[in-house]
Amino acid sequence: MTTRMPLISVEDLTVTYGDRIGCNGVSFDLFPGEVLGIVGESGSGKSTLLNAVSGQLEPAVGQIHYRTRLNETADIYRMSEPERRFLMRTDWAFVHQNPRDGLRMGVSAGANIGERLMGVGWRHYGEIRSTALSWLGKVEIFEDRVDDPPTTFSGGMQQRLQIARNLVSGPRLVFMDEPTGGLDVSVQARLLDLLRGLVSDLGLSAIIVTHDLAVARLLSHRLMVMQGGEVVESGLTDQVLDDPQHPYTQLLVSSILQV
Amino acid sequence: MSNSAAPSYNFAYLDEQTKRMIRRALLKAVAIPGYQVPFASREMPMPYGWGTGGIQVTAAVIGPDDCLKVIDQGSDDTTNAVSIRKFFAKVGDIETTEETERATVIQTRHRIPETELTEDQILVYQVPIPEPLRFLEPKETETRKMHALEEYGLMHVKLYEDISQHGEIATTYAYPVKVDGRYVMDPSPTPKFDNPKMNNMAALQLFGAGREKRIYAIPPYTEVVSLDFDDHPFSIQKWDEPCALCGTRDSFLDEVILDDQGGRMFVCSDSHHCAKRQAEGHRGALSADPALETEEVAP
Repeated sequence: MTTRMPLISVEDLTVTYGDRIGCNGVSFDLFPGEVLGIVGESGSGKSTLLNAVSGQLEPAVGQIHYRTRLNETADIYRMSEPERRFLMRTDWAFVHQNPRDGLRMGVSAGANIGERLMGVGWRHYGEIRSTALSWLGKVEIFEDRVDDPPTTFSGGMQQRLQIARNLVSGPRLVFMDEPTGGLDVSVQARLLDLLRGLVSDLGLSAIIVTHDLAVARLLSHRLMVMQGGEVVESGLTDQVLDDPQHPYTQLLVSSILQV
Repeated sequence: MSNSAAPSYNFAYLDEQTKRMIRRALLKAVAIPGYQVPFASREMPMPYGWGTGGIQVTAAVIGPDDCLKVIDQGSDDTTNAVSIRKFFAKVGDIETTEETERATVIQTRHRIPETELTEDQILVYQVPIPEPLRFLEPKETETRKMHALEEYGLMHVKLYEDISQHGEIATTYAYPVKVDGRYVMDPSPTPKFDNPKMNNMAALQLFGAGREKRIYAIPPYTEVVSLDFDDHPFSIQKWDEPCALCGTRDSFLDEVILDDQGGRMFVCSDSHHCAKRQAEGHRGALSADPALETEEVAP
């Protein structure tokens, strides 16, 4: 078994925007089936880190090694562009904060879900459609909405559709950037429930960026706290949240509104 | 106007350097079937959308011995076709014809002639939007990358959307094709009826998009496959009636409204094909002298 081999391994990752530092010297390993939360305030480098790790923003320094389905280790910025793009739309998924960034708004929900399948060569309409319908069910959208464009969906439905569209290709690693941002709390709760179910049912690994500690506590096994582009504290989620060591983490934990 | 007047234009309007530039693009296009080659499209003495791309390609390949036919929606006598024929007669003293068999260069908008073309002919298409992925992916940088990496899943998203909204692939013109097993290409707004004719055609097919500044080509005898789904295969349009003038059942028919009482007729869009058949004695239901022979009676 290779379960002890990390799925993705990040070493000394530094991203700079000109003279400014996006994130600095970040290293971590993510193991199969594990969910890693990245928390921190706005501008702390969370999204920069996520974009760099997901192959969309080339880092100035550092390496990212990914263990492919063939059990080979590949540096994602050393592979060819077609290989990386193929990986990104099959083995990986990226859930944007704003569903409009991740959905194709001009075509129906069914076509949105089917796009990845057609991208890897599915050419049977009936099969694509039945897969789309089954995924709509999994993300709790009524099947009779399959031919409606996402513009007619509510924010929560759009977010769930985006998740279905990403997970249909059976990815092993999911990147999420504030997946519950912009949703009201009851919709957030449903979405979190759904995400938690999908992640454990499908055995996904995930990296979730959020500023919401409740989201982090619900979904993630491990937590990294970022401030000013650096990781200031990391560990098991409950440990970090219940016994914060770094002053910034203490501040973060103590700023949660108690209702 | 007399054609014997002293020439005030270079032969076929464009200067020789421009023709050379276009020919270089054409050579590249022929070498990479279906690939869109950028070229420095010139201003032409007509508006964009009237065939500025086609006319530049024609000007670059035509010679004094050529015979030119121009069709618009299959017809030889529409404004666009007549004015482009006159244009080349004036600026190149080029012989023009309406007979498909006689022409060596055929410039077309929206149709491929019904008569089978030969190795001695060149078919030049006027193309408004050369990028088949454009309406799904607005970024040119992205569509180019998709062509380069052969990422064509998106094209099927469009066909999927057609079936889900209309129950069938409702794209009836500009129906995407895959050329030589590699590039997905927009066949210009020809009806999908004409797509099978592009496959293994003996004639060279050249496509010019003036506004978008792109040239692409299909060399003779190249495989051209219309995209489809396994359970929704590609099919061409069919009509319930034969042509009302020549009685044929296997050409592309235009519907013509006759009155405000619902009267209509279906007639060949290829005017030369229809006229030739009538000259051979074929008659349809609405011919002036239907007595000679009525091929078939509408069911």
